[in-house]
Order: sequence, then structure tokens, then C-alpha cells
Amino acid sequence: MGNLISFSSTMLYTAFILYLIATFFFGFTIRDKHTSTSKGSKGVAAKIGISLTIAGFIAQLTYFITRWIASGHAPVSNLFEFMTFFGMTIVLAFIFIYFIYKLTVLGLFALPVALIIIAYASMFPTEVSPLVPSLQSHWLYIHVTTVSLGQGILAISFVTGVIYLIKHIDQSQLNWRNFSLEAVLYSLVLFIGFVVITTTFNTMDYSASFEYKNGSKTYTTEYNLPALAGPNEGILLTEGVMEPWFETPAWMHGADAGKKFNTLVWSFITGTIIYGLVLLILRKRIGAAIQPLLKNVKLDLLDEITYRAVAIGFPVFTLGGLIFAAIWAQEAWGRFWGWDPKEVWALITWFFYAAFLHLRLSRGWHGEKSAWLAVGGFAIIMFNLIAVNLILAGLHSYA
Amino acid sequence: MKNIKCDCGHVNPEGTVLCESCGKPIEGNQHIDGNDNKRLLNMRYDGTARRSQTYNKSIVDKIWSFFSSVKVGVWLIVIALVASAVGTIFPQEQYIPIDAVSRDPAVYYQDAYGILGQIYYQLGFHNLFSSWWFLILIALIGVSLVICSLDRFVPLYKALKKQKPQRHHSFLSRQRLFSETEEVTEEEKQKVINSLKAQRYKINEENGHVLAEKGRFSRWGPYVNHIGLIIILLAALLRSTPLFYTNEYLWVREGEQKVIPGTKSEYFIENKGFILDLYDENDDRFKAALEKQGTMVPSNFQTNAIVYKQSEDVVTGAEAQLEKVTEDEIRMNHPLEFEGYKIYQSGYQLNEVNQMTFTIQEIENEDGEPLAEFTIDVTDPKAEYELDNGFKVEINEFFPDFYLDSTGPKTETQFPRNPTFIFKLYPPNSDESETSFVGDVISAAEALGINTEAVELNPMGEVLGQFATNLDATGENEYKISIQDMDFHRVSGLSIRKDHSLPFFGVGALIFMIGVVQGMYWQHRRVWIRPTEKGLMLAAHTNKNWFGIKKEIENSIENTNIKMVDDQQELDE
Repeated sequence: MGNLISFSSTMLYTAFILYLIATFFFGFTIRDKHTSTSKGSKGVAAKIGISLTIAGFIAQLTYFITRWIASGHAPVSNLFEFMTFFGMTIVLAFIFIYFIYKLTVLGLFALPVALIIIAYASMFPTEVSPLVPSLQSHWLYIHVTTVSLGQGILAISFVTGVIYLIKHIDQSQLNWRNFSLEAVLYSLVLFIGFVVITTTFNTMDYSASFEYKNGSKTYTTEYNLPALAGPNEGILLTEGVMEPWFETPAWMHGADAGKKFNTLVWSFITGTIIYGLVLLILRKRIGAAIQPLLKNVKLDLLDEITYRAVAIGFPVFTLGGLIFAAIWAQEAWGRFWGWDPKEVWALITWFFYAAFLHLRLSRGWHGEKSAWLAVGGFAIIMFNLIAVNLILAGLHSYA
Repeated sequence: MKNIKCDCGHVNPEGTVLCESCGKPIEGNQHIDGNDNKRLLNMRYDGTARRSQTYNKSIVDKIWSFFSSVKVGVWLIVIALVASAVGTIFPQEQYIPIDAVSRDPAVYYQDAYGILGQIYYQLGFHNLFSSWWFLILIALIGVSLVICSLDRFVPLYKALKKQKPQRHHSFLSRQRLFSETEEVTEEEKQKVINSLKAQRYKINEENGHVLAEKGRFSRWGPYVNHIGLIIILLAALLRSTPLFYTNEYLWVREGEQKVIPGTKSEYFIENKGFILDLYDENDDRFKAALEKQGTMVPSNFQTNAIVYKQSEDVVTGAEAQLEKVTEDEIRMNHPLEFEGYKIYQSGYQLNEVNQMTFTIQEIENEDGEPLAEFTIDVTDPKAEYELDNGFKVEINEFFPDFYLDSTGPKTETQFPRNPTFIFKLYPPNSDESETSFVGDVISAAEALGINTEAVELNPMGEVLGQFATNLDATGENEYKISIQDMDFHRVSGLSIRKDHSLPFFGVGALIFMIGVVQGMYWQHRRVWIRPTEKGLMLAAHTNKNWFGIKKEIENSIENTNIKMVDDQQELDE
């Protein structure tokens, strides 16, 4: 059993590496000055890129299946497993859309998003965890896989939206549009910051324990990053480690709020440093630096893919995130809807994309407006995946 | 009503922009769809007379126009979206954690979230989703859905039904895809028609004028999905009536038989046993995770239950005859079903107290034989107990589920989960009583490091009694009352639901999905051919995917002289 788990983890690692290499090959395809159709060395690079992506996807599928066999339940039951699966559905959606539109630049952007998400997922506990009674249902994998697939397809609209904005928005001088775009790119870098700092202190085996009170009970918590923000009214138990610089504000009340807030602070610091270094090297905004590489990409094609991804992703998301979710909730708790934060945010996502489609189909919001909306929708999805689990308490906060 | 007669002889309703039959722009109405200063015609609703665009006099007209606007609809969606987000900032009232200092919302929000929490509570956001304004907002979205759909669907349906193959030349030339070819043979024209037919267009020919059309049904997609949503909203309305929906909660002890609430005393349930299984901490698969978590993880909550029905022919006064209806295991994700009701495993209480046995001793002689002993059935305590040796015990106060807060002792619920007594003890032949405070075993157990939610206390009754709170308020007592033994039992928490609204929600969701797919994955395409002196005019329209229709036209004019249509799209940007 242990062997199967470690084999499974190796396959996930393999998938990660393959996606990474594939990204570079997709990178080669836009270096040439000519059209983006498959010709010459560029065509070869694109073929290698997509082959590696498919190989990576198969590796990740192997991870998924072997972990399922080893644990006895679909590996979508905690934050690590779910986020990893989300990365996988993004890759699947990318492969699918690549074969329709043959747009290589999509790989250069979609794969890094999937990579960041998988790396982010790996920072959470990766042990195979037992399934609590409420999750013991076939609907677990029916619901979660469908939602995830829907979100993966919608993520592609985010990717094409970002490419559209990078290409379209004037970078000659700072304005609110290229500033907002830069903020989107910066927030992606923050995730990298989180991964870097967590990995650094994990390899150092850093640990500091605190005792703190929440309500009437006393808890202990183990920090794996040095405490900049200690728990509210917490007492440091471990000796010989850094004292917290300040306390987590009292109004942050989720389970283990101090530790999470500390991680957030660290991610911001590290991410900002990385972003600063990148700016220093590039000597211009990231958006401005990427823009010239996108010379050969057609804006109307990007716009078309954005719309198509939403047109496909929206019904899939509705099915998985609202309809299947409701059926399961009915089966488990006897109420198909309970205004739990996760449910509400699924509804918010649905409202948002419904508004997107009305604005586009009925009021003609194409091009840049559409691209911004696609970015906003993805922000809501990520909020639901991360913030709702970690900050807002609810039935889904099993991570 | 001022109808408008077109040159082609067709009579159009007031407000028509393009003649329903021939498509000729109707003079004086072009501003309605913004055609007046554009080369191309706005084809969104085929230039039909929409009520919202035609009448704007009475208050009804104004309300209709307001709700038929997509802009208003999107705003309503955005407001609902923002409101929902606000509702998740702090937990809603029903999600206030059980271990909160106080579950009273007036206390909880301020205590947990300070001034922001206080504001949140005062503005009523703790009950946002059942607040009158949120419900009105949802209702307004419903109204908008109905009016938007009717305003567009009815005229569009009529117009597409009445359309004729013969179209006015200005209608064709002002389509986005248009070409005119000077000389075309009848053979070539026939070739195009055949090719369109092969591409599954329906051909309608009249005096040489041709209309090729396919996928009209996709035009109804948006209205179909809106019908689905309206059904869902109506179902929600039905669900708020007890006829369609009941929700009851029942605590039933092991071995106990109780009336099922919400069934008009018709049904009874017997709890044959409650089972709580935990994951084995030595299980190879989960060892690492369980160690890290440090707590026991349940693997199953289960109530073995029998449901009975009271016989209909009950003789008054005679004992009720119970017929067994069904027997099943109620687990998470596996409710018990019987005759329209479902029973869900919703909670459990491992350590509810059943009986407590007390002894009385002289404080001076604590190790000696007890002077008297008495047992209280905690689920039904008597007011006083006459004991051996002439002692009498009166229950002065009883807290079934004891806790202490700043204002003094309280009971959390009426269930004997932590029974605590204030006794008045009358020694033999005495009218003077002593006061003793005895109980709060749960705190005693937790002080010993026992997790009372996961561990069964039943075998520990005797031991725990020694650690229980025992207070002598005055310090002048001669006798001490202590817990000798206690008997715990397990209680199962069950939800009983009846929900006849579910099929409506199901149908609504299904219709919604069908509508979305129908509208989104098919397109309504039309190609018109209008003969000219020697040649013909060719024009085409689709509601989306222009690339697709161009390709089909290209296919159909292959090997003919006919010119490919020009894309005359005007870009606003």
C-alpha cells in the first residue's frame, strides 16, 4: 500500500516536470517572427509541447487513479487533492481547446497557471486522509469532478483573457488599465511567493508551537514559518525560535487564524520581493515585457476562445457546482441548499458568468470588456477555492 | 392600436421596425433599433414590435419597459451577487459555531467580531438570505426574467412564423453578409439550393425567392432556460408552504420509541441502537494523517431504526396498534425513506445521562458507610425523595444541561447532557435543610483529559462521580451528597423531512440545462436569395458564429458564378 502511494506521488511529480518542460517548448513557438500556424521548427516545438503536455496529463491521471486505489476513495477529499485535480482539469481543458484552435501561445500561459496551482496544492498536507461520514458518497466524485472540470474550462477563458489584455492594452505609459493588468500578474506571483517560502522553511524543518485561546477552549498550533504574526493572545511554547513581531488581530476568527494570517503575510513579502526582482531584471512592467512576444497572436481569436470557454464551462459548472451539489446535499443533509459560504460563492460564480453571457450576447461586450470579465470570473473561482476554505468557515472547510 | 401596412401588403403591429413578412424597414420606426444612422439593420429580434419599445405612456408601460431591459436584469444580478458576498463575510445565524461563547446572535457577533460584527448584526446581515429585501431582490429577478422573455419571445415567434421568402431588397442589402451577382443561371441557383439542402437547411421557395433556414429552435434557448429558472423560483415559493415541505428534528434514545413529529402522530420510530465507528489509527492507509491530526476520525454514524404506523381502526381507549412499516440503517448519505418522508442521521449525543445514584454521608466521617442512597431518573426527576433513616431530599433546582456564565448557573438545553442539582437535604427529624450543589460531570471528565464528544463515558460512571463538582455553599453542612454511579446512554439526532417540491426543482433545473444547451450550441441561420433581372442577391444572417455560416455559404456557391458574400460588419470601436 505504501508503495502504491509513493508511486502515485512520483507520477504527480513527473506530471509537474513534464508540464514545466512543455511550457518551454510552447515558449519556443512564439519566438519566431512569422505566423502562428504550425510550420518548420516552430511546428516541431508545438508538437513536442503538446505531446509532453499529454504525457504529463497521463502521468497525472495515473497519480489520480493509483491514489484512488490506494486510499479507497476518489482523491478529491482535501485541499491538496482537490487543487491538484483542478490543475489537472485546466490541463485537460487546454488540451481540448488546443486541438480545436491550434493556438500554441495558449500553452505558454495555461500550463504555468496549472503549474502554480499544483505547486500551491502541494504545500498543504498531502497524506491520504480518511473520509468522514458526510463525504462517503458517490456524489463526492461526481460533484467534485464536474465542478472542477467546469472551473478548468472557465480557467481557459481567464488565460485567453489575460493574453488578450497583455497584447491589447497600451503599455507606453502607466494608466489604470495596464496597472490593473499588472496587479493580476502580480497576484499570480504571490502564489509563487507562497510556494517558495513554504518550501524553503519546510526543507529546514522549521517548527514553532503556540498555545492560544479561541472562545472557551485552548488550542495549540504548530507554525512551519517563523511567526511574524503570532496567534491572538498566543503563548510561544517552543524555545530558541523567533518571537512573533505582532499579534494576529482578534477579529480574525477562523480555525487556526494566526497561522494562516502569518502564512499570508509571508507570501506577500516573498511574492513582492520576487516581483521586485523580476521588475529589476526586466526594467519594465511584466505586461510590457510580454507584450512584444504576442505580436503574431490574433485578438479576435483570443476573444472567440474566451467566449467559447465560458459557453462550455458555464453549463458544466452549473451542472456540477449547483445541480449535482444540490442533489448531494439533499441526500446527505436533507436540504439541497443551505446558504453555506461555499454554496453561496458557487451561486456568486454562477451569477457572474450569467451576467458575462448577458452582457456579451445582449449588450455586445466583446474584446477588452469581455477579457476583463473573464479575469474577474476566475478571481471569484479562486476565491471560492482558497479563501472560502481557509477563511470563511463552513461545511466545506475540510482542508 | 395603429397597425402599419407594409408595401408588400402585410399588416404589422404598431412599433414594428422591419416588416414581419418582407423585412422592409418601416419608415419612422428605425430609431427604435438604432437603424437610422447605420448601414446595417439591427437583427437582434428581427425588427419585431416589442411592447417595451413601443408603449411608454401609462405606468404599466413604464414598469414593463423597465423590467424588460437586459441592463436592468444584469444590474439586479450584480446586486444579488454583491449582497450574497456580504452574507458570507461572517457566518449566518444558523452557522454560529456550537462552541461559541454564546449562540445568541445579539451577543455572538459583537463578541467574536467586535464593532464590525455588531454592525453586521444590526443591519440584519446575519439573516441576509431570509431577509425581506433579499427575497424581494430575488423576486425582482424573477419578474425581470418573465417580462424580458415575454417582451422578446412573443413578437419574435410571430415574426419568424410569418416571414416570407420574398424579402425587400433593402432588407437583403443591409444584412451583414451580402452580395449581388449580375448574371446567374437558373442551374447555378438550383445548385446553391441543393447544396444548402444538403447542409440541412430547410428551403422555402416562392416565385423564385428563396429562404433557407436552419436551427430556428436555438432561438428559443434563452426563453426555455428562463422558463426553467422561473419554475425553480416558483418551486422555492411552494417549498415555503407546509403542504410541500416539513422539517422536524427528533432526539431518540437507544431502545426508545417516539412519535415522529410532523406526521400528525401517525408514525412512530424506534431506535434499536446507535453506532459510532472510528477509523482504526493503525490502518496503514491513514496512519500518517491520523497521527498528524491527533484526534479520532469517525467513519460512520448510524442509527438502526424501525418505523411503525398506527393502525387506522383504533378503538378509542384501546392501546394503539402499531404496524411495522420499514426497518433500515440510517447513515450519513443514506437516509431512511418511508411514504414520502425521509429520515436523516443528523446528530448524536454519546453521553446523555439516564440515571444518577447519590449517597449521603457525614462530612466528619467520609470513609464510613453511606447513611442513605437514592437514584434519580434524570429524564423525569421527582420533586422530593423520602429516604431510609429518615432523610428527605428536595430538588431545589435542576439544570439538565449545566453551564456556568457570568450571571450564574444556567442550562443550555432541556436534555440531560450535564445534569446538575441544587439539593435541599433534610436530616432525620429536622425542619432545617442544608443546601448542596452536585453535578457537572462533563467538566470533571474534561478536566481528566477525556474528550466527551468522542469517548463513551458509560463504563466510567462510578469513577467520574468522585470527580464531580460538590459544593457546600455555606460551609456549614454536616452531610455530603455525592454521586455514587451514573448511567449514560446514546441518543440519536434525526431530521425528518418531507419535500414534495423537489420534483419541481428537478424539472426546472432540467429545463434550464436544456435551454442553455439549445441556445448556446446551435445557431439560427438564414440565407436569402432574391432574384434580380438577370442575376440574384444573396444575403445571410446568423445569431452567432459568423465564421460557420460563411463557410457554409462558401460550400454552397462552389463551382458557380455567384459572388461570395461580403462581411459588412461595422465596428463601433
